[in-house]
Amino acid sequence: MSDDRPSIFGRTEEFLTLFKRGAEFSKELIAENERLRRRILDLEQHQQFAAQDPEQWDKLREELIQRISSLEAERQNFLERLQSLEEENHQFATRYVEIEEENNNLANLYVASFQLHSTLDLSEVVKIILEIVINLVGAEVFAVYVMDEKTNRLEAVASEGADPSTFPSYSLGSGILGRSVASGEIYCEDGGHPEDASRPVVCVPLRVQDRPVGAIAIHRLLQQKERFTPLDHELFTLLGGHAATAIFSARLYSESERKRNTIQGFIDLLTK
Amino acid sequence: MSEKHRILIVEDSPTMRQLLVFALKRLKNVEIVEAQDGMDGLRKVSSDHFDLALIDINMPVMDGLKLIRLIRGEENLKAMPIVVITTEGAKEDRERALGLGANEYLTKPIQANRVLAVAKGLLKIDS
Repeated sequence: MSDDRPSIFGRTEEFLTLFKRGAEFSKELIAENERLRRRILDLEQHQQFAAQDPEQWDKLREELIQRISSLEAERQNFLERLQSLEEENHQFATRYVEIEEENNNLANLYVASFQLHSTLDLSEVVKIILEIVINLVGAEVFAVYVMDEKTNRLEAVASEGADPSTFPSYSLGSGILGRSVASGEIYCEDGGHPEDASRPVVCVPLRVQDRPVGAIAIHRLLQQKERFTPLDHELFTLLGGHAATAIFSARLYSESERKRNTIQGFIDLLTK
Repeated sequence: MSEKHRILIVEDSPTMRQLLVFALKRLKNVEIVEAQDGMDGLRKVSSDHFDLALIDINMPVMDGLKLIRLIRGEENLKAMPIVVITTEGAKEDRERALGLGANEYLTKPIQANRVLAVAKGLLKIDS
């Protein structure tokens, strides 16, 4: 029983506080009611006064007309502002889509260059080039050519969609591919589904500075890929430089490893 | 904080995997796990919970279609959404994959926006 007493006192306190708040609120309401009543009286008096005097009527009418025209101007202003905001919003949305696309393209280019320089193994580099051309460009039949420095000929070393031996070799400066590599200019035909399958639609020369390293020849695109996009052209340019550097570095590395092993063999022979 | 969405990428090409990771990382609150072929994917999907799987078709060891068939054969994996990402653009390839239980079929070259939209839809993430 004694345990209930503090809780009863507590609830009483709570009730009293609530009651005081209610009383304050009621006072506020009464005051507000009084204020509004006075305002209505003022307006009624003003109207009665105006109704008795034609001059006051005119004045009131003038005031109201001015007020209406000022509200209309304000409304017009808001409408114009709304329209301009809508236009701005549309521009932002378009810009957002453009930036999003740019962002995606940059991600593709970053991934391509990251992968190309992720290894010093020539076969891995060639495999990565194949992956990029399949997955990022969407090519179905294509070959990666490497320049044989002894014969000065471009030989297909890897391919997709057909065996590398079925792709012709080119001497530097001859045929579409040979000319593209000699000039260092990317060759690209519109549309990736040619009548003549033996003729490449894209030739990407792979060069390190002015030194030809190889090429990529695309003969046909995947059936769902209808045409080349601006990103494809960016990728061709990136491949032209980065794939060439990656092949060049991998070749140098494998040569230096071979030499190092030979020298190490000699040293081992002499010291043992 | 809401629970993380776990996404499994089963793809043999490291280039493609990196691209997909790049795209999917733009979603909030996701954890991405990679598998390099169908068998690796099956191991991961059997031992862990995933809210979404992106599966390539042409892969060594075990191809994507076989993996989808095995996943859909498991009672506890039947509801997991599957997105196929492949170079095969023919209608019959699409129908075969969807017939086996894939929820979406995307062809390469992929567009990051499309992958994101599909993943958001299947994971029921508001944009």
